[in-house]
Amino acid sequence: MEKMVNLKINNIPVSVPEGTTILEAARKAHIEIPTLCYLKDVNCVGSCRMCVVEATGARGLVAACVYPVAEGMEVRTNTEKCRQSRKMTLELLLSKHKKKCLSCERNHNCELQKLSLGYSVDEDRFKGEDYVLPIDTSDAAVVRDNDKCINCMRCVAACKKQNVNAIGPIGRGFHVHIGSAFDMPLAESVCVGCGQCIVACPVGALSERSTIDEVWAALADPAKKVIFFTAPSVRATLGEAFDMPIGTNVEGKMVAAIRRLGPEYIFNMDITADLTIMEEASELINRIKTGKPMPMFTSCCPGWVRLVEKRYPEMIPHLSTCKSPQQMFGALLKTYWCEKNDISPDNVFTVSVIPCTAKKNECHREELEGDVDAAITTRELARMIKTAGIKFTELPDEEFDNPFAVATGGGAIFGATGGVMEAALRTAAHMMDGDFQVLDFFGVRGTAPIKEATYLVAGHTLRVAVASGLANAQIILDQIKSGEKQYDFVEIMACPGGCVNGGGQPTLSDSVRNSTELKEARAKALYMSDSQNKLRRSSDSPVMDVIYNDYFGFPNSHKAHEILHTTYKADKRL
Amino acid sequence: MEQCTACGTEEQKQKLLAVIDASRETPGCLMHILQEAQGIYGYLPIGVQQMIAEGLGISLSEVYGVVTFYSQFSLKPKGKHRISVCLGTACYVKGADKILAEVENAVGIKCGECTEDGLFSIDSCRCVGACGLAPVMMVGDEVYGKLTPDKVKEIIDGYRREEK
Repeated sequence: MEKMVNLKINNIPVSVPEGTTILEAARKAHIEIPTLCYLKDVNCVGSCRMCVVEATGARGLVAACVYPVAEGMEVRTNTEKCRQSRKMTLELLLSKHKKKCLSCERNHNCELQKLSLGYSVDEDRFKGEDYVLPIDTSDAAVVRDNDKCINCMRCVAACKKQNVNAIGPIGRGFHVHIGSAFDMPLAESVCVGCGQCIVACPVGALSERSTIDEVWAALADPAKKVIFFTAPSVRATLGEAFDMPIGTNVEGKMVAAIRRLGPEYIFNMDITADLTIMEEASELINRIKTGKPMPMFTSCCPGWVRLVEKRYPEMIPHLSTCKSPQQMFGALLKTYWCEKNDISPDNVFTVSVIPCTAKKNECHREELEGDVDAAITTRELARMIKTAGIKFTELPDEEFDNPFAVATGGGAIFGATGGVMEAALRTAAHMMDGDFQVLDFFGVRGTAPIKEATYLVAGHTLRVAVASGLANAQIILDQIKSGEKQYDFVEIMACPGGCVNGGGQPTLSDSVRNSTELKEARAKALYMSDSQNKLRRSSDSPVMDVIYNDYFGFPNSHKAHEILHTTYKADKRL
Repeated sequence: MEQCTACGTEEQKQKLLAVIDASRETPGCLMHILQEAQGIYGYLPIGVQQMIAEGLGISLSEVYGVVTFYSQFSLKPKGKHRISVCLGTACYVKGADKILAEVENAVGIKCGECTEDGLFSIDSCRCVGACGLAPVMMVGDEVYGKLTPDKVKEIIDGYRREEK
């Protein structure tokens, strides 16, 4: 039984477990203390001084995010002294902040802006030294504008939490700034483009490199057939950008909204999630038979693939050679679909909508160039819908275009950690043993960082593991390398919780992020969609039948290898 | 990215690896290793920092963050004669800024840089403990006090003559 501590916050009595911070205790009293550098599960260093409060027994103001409660303590969160201190903090931060709010990506969604309004700051009270830093646009996944940075360290903490550590504070005092070692361009660092830093940033210092303009241009070009396809998890989060409850599946409205942007077709990327499973499950069975490098790792997450290439190049032979669903879709459209419809691939402009920033780099990889012409994040799609004046919440539900509309539940759950593994198991087990009927693999579900399970299929014991978050991926990799663990098949997603928590997903306000279990709520929408789908197993998809009968013949055929598989290259970085 | 092999001699490399090996287990050993490394190489180029990062199993970004935080660490090579101008309080009120300007002028480089021939490098420091002699500068281990811009020029010229 944990010891409880009684205290009063703004005269409201609360009782919380010993060790609770004032910030957490205040939430129990329905009081929100403003924060900037604090982000639940990511950063808690007490450095920005926005959350200062008065507490009995303490000298001066204390930082509520790190200060533990004590028995009988009386806390005041909204005194003149607190407000003045916070105002001064904001004015000092603004003294060197690039205040280009009108055109800022985070306008209306910026923590600094929100607080500045609340505390009636004078943004020009102090004039900082003119210290202009270059904008790093070297990487398609992450663009850094350090003149907007407030040095809260949330991005550094997010990168550290991934155990990638591509960025850190450089220098000291007024000139301290965040960047890669030796101020090298991010694209040359160990960064894998997962974008967890972007969703951690409270201001507009970090963003993806937007390709919205290219998409608008293609949409306006009468010679181009623009084709959109949306990744499984986008439908689980897009609604958040329109103030809909977290975890709302907006598939129908999403399709309707994209259709109103004017592309030729809007297709369902769950289809190539199914196709990935057909190829990957067959590859797994083949590896088991031939004893090729085991375990096999999934390859649908480009952040994870980059980590292997940059940090564990010796493990490349373990990566499945399957392209990711995004690249498979682009390739499928520009080969099979173009041939079938007698259209030149040069006149087709493929746009993938993805929850991910690493996929923006992926589509420019040498081996994959041309499959996908533009990859836009959930955030970018939301901006396009808003710009086009489309009233998202009032839209009717519409359906994807044929022939790439109907996917299985296996494709849907790709967006959550464990989803690819479960979808692959459904199909692989059935391929190995036609009588195998199990469809629910509960052992690989849930948001635990690392999950392990063993399944007996057709006389084979399949040892599987699932990890999300790159720090956990590295734990598994090290265990495999040292021989401590043996698996047959391992699924890795770079982002904690999988794509639903991807770096390209809507940025929610701190007050929501600090009080919600985002990963769980968003993933629920996908598992719900899976359980309601009559088709659960990728190999049962009628679309797969057509694609293989019409074009590829069978999974892992020569043609499938040419179009749906890829290669990797070592690119060791420190 | 520049690789480790691009800097220093094999002997320097072995020395550094020995230092890393000996201190790896000590918590907070990074500072100590960086100081030793700077002693071995004279400065901390990317190759040296990569060796340290790899040896300790930490990221280059973390090493670089510490190196750039402390003014005692240098990313640039130092000259044969290392000039250090004190900008501490006592020296400063006695016109250390003018002394530094004259040093820069006489040597022909800016503070923090090294001449192309590798003869001189200039740094500033905070107090060498000789405030009675302010303003003060050091060249190598030699302390020069009660400086004036004219004296600075003479001292620098002296080192130049010595080299010829």
